[in-house]
Order: sequence, then C-alpha cells, then structure tokens
Amino acid sequence: MSDADRSADTRDNEPDITSRRGFLGVAAVAMGGSLLAGGVRLIEVQAATPASPAAGATAGANPTVRWGLLIDSDKCASGCTDCVTACNTENGLATPQRATDAQWIRKVEIKEIKTGRSASLPVMCQHCAEPPCVDVCPTGASFKRADGIVMVDRHSCIGCRYCVMACPYQARSFIHEALTEQKPEVPRGKGCVESCTLCVHRIDQGQQDTACAEACTKAGHNAISFGNLNDPDSEISRRARAAATTQLRADLRLDLGVRYQGL
Amino acid sequence: MPTIEPARAGTQCVADPATMRREHPAMLEHQRDETVRGGIRGNKASLKACIGCHASPATGSVAKSEANFCVSCHSYAAVRIDCFGCHAARPAATAMSKQP
Repeated sequence: MSDADRSADTRDNEPDITSRRGFLGVAAVAMGGSLLAGGVRLIEVQAATPASPAAGATAGANPTVRWGLLIDSDKCASGCTDCVTACNTENGLATPQRATDAQWIRKVEIKEIKTGRSASLPVMCQHCAEPPCVDVCPTGASFKRADGIVMVDRHSCIGCRYCVMACPYQARSFIHEALTEQKPEVPRGKGCVESCTLCVHRIDQGQQDTACAEACTKAGHNAISFGNLNDPDSEISRRARAAATTQLRADLRLDLGVRYQGL
Repeated sequence: MPTIEPARAGTQCVADPATMRREHPAMLEHQRDETVRGGIRGNKASLKACIGCHASPATGSVAKSEANFCVSCHSYAAVRIDCFGCHAARPAATAMSKQP
C-alpha cells in the first residue's frame, strides 16, 4: 500500500471516528448528569439521617502523623524491666512463664565481643512503614493504620502465624490458650496473633504517651520517648535530629517507627 | 421467651428496642471496623458502652451466667457469639464503681 492510499484510507475513516467520539461525548454527558442527580440524592439521604459520629467520638487515626519511639540505649539501665512490667499491666498480659507466652516488649542485652562494650535496650514491634507482616497476611488482618501503627485486626486473624515468621524482629506472639480477665480497652484472645500496638487505646483518646515510655520516665531513665516523627517540633524529632540514631536491621529498608540511639 | 435483664437504671439506649434487637449485629460490626482500623472510639454503637449499661449487677458481666444480658437471648436463639473470647464482658473497674 502506498502512502497516498494510506492517507486516503485515513480520510475515509475520519467521519466514522468523529461520529464515534461524538457518541461517546454525548454518552459521557448523559452519565455525568445521572451521577450528579444520584449524588444530590445521596447528600439528601445523608442529611436526613442523624449524624453518625456521637458527640464523644474521637477523630480517629490522623494520616499526617507518624507515631514512633526513640530509645536511648545509653540511658536504658541494664536489669531494669519497668517498661516490660508497665506494658504487661497496661495491656493485661500475664508475666511470661513459658517461651510460648505472649510478649509485646522484651529487654535485650547486647555485647560487642571484641571491645566488651555492652548495652541494654527494649525491643518491641518496630512499626515499619513497609511492614513484612502486612505483606504476608493472607486475610488482611495485619494492617498499618493511617498514623503508622502496625496492628492485628483480631476479627479477621485466622492464627496462621505467617506474620510471626515474616517479622524480622520477633515482635509478634500467638495466643495458644483461652484468656480471661482482659482489659476492656485491650481485647485479646485465643487463636490470634498480637504485638505492641503503641498503646493505641491511649493515642486514640488523645494521650500522647505509651505505658513503656511513661514507666521509663517515672523510673528516671528517660530512655524511651514517644512522639510524632512527622512533626519537626516534637521532642522525638528534636532528639533524632540532634543525635545519631539507627534502625534495627536497617539493611532491610523497612523504614522503622522505632529508632535507637547509642547502639 | 427469655427473660431479659433490665439495663442499669437511668440510662438511655442508643436506639429503640425493636431496632436494637434486629440491627445490633450490623451496628457493632460496622463500628468495629471504624474503631480497629480507623481509630474512631466512643461512637454510638460501642460494645464497651453496651456492656457499661447492660452488665448484670449480680455477676458484673453481660456473659457470665445464663441469665446475663447477652447470653439470655443468644442461648434462646441458639446463636453462638465469640465476642467475649477476646472482649471483656464486664465494664472497666472505674465504671463498675460508679454503678449504684
């Protein structure tokens, strides 16, 4: 086919294309009209029903916030387990008796063999921005809230424990046996995986302190500070700006919400 | 018919009894997702608020004995719920002490 023939073909087809476009345009306008009408009706219905949020309801997770912790291992006292005790009390966890018992936060003692320098630090869910537990969860029960807190929705958790395997920090626990005497604000039960929630029930009520950070301050160590990593004026951001901080297993590039100082 | 324990005196339910009987599972389920995933607490259909008013003065719970609020009806209707496998069936200690 010569160039001239091809251009003639194109010209021949032009009216068809135009008419099809014209039809689509008309169809789009028609659909737009019906959508607008539908939208108006929806607003009317919404206005007619009573406002769903009750007067005392909280605003919910703020997507502009990223909650995190900064842990200074120089200030963390070796042998002190106040943060662990406070976490257990706050969330209704029993003191672990066996290796399979739930543990949301644990104290770790590390020592560099060559120099003999030792450090003590608490390890809990690191609240990754790219959480592997969320990636592997087959039911969507593992999720990250808008404010960066990684949690388990126990309503959809089937207890498969993929997340336990996927977590590089061994932060998750599985509940093997039926529990009693749970805290009303911290529901927990058999057959589900759970981990540190950054005291989400406190955060939702506007309290900006986790049980572990509160206990550490009360003990006079001030090793744990909780705050908004996205706010440059928050105490945690100021501390992270002033001193070198590290993320555990930074090579995994998970962008952690928990940072360590003095490691 | 089951005998339903009356709610704590001086409290007002979030909807009329007919609506609550029919709609309470949907209301609770809707709010559960808002709360767990969205962090919105203290909304209308909160399980904690239900328990706050409906816990039995005798057992302090909504699910401890057959006569308690949730269990009385669910056992009659042969509905097995697992809410209280995880959720506390009694109000927080502070709320309990406020009860007359």
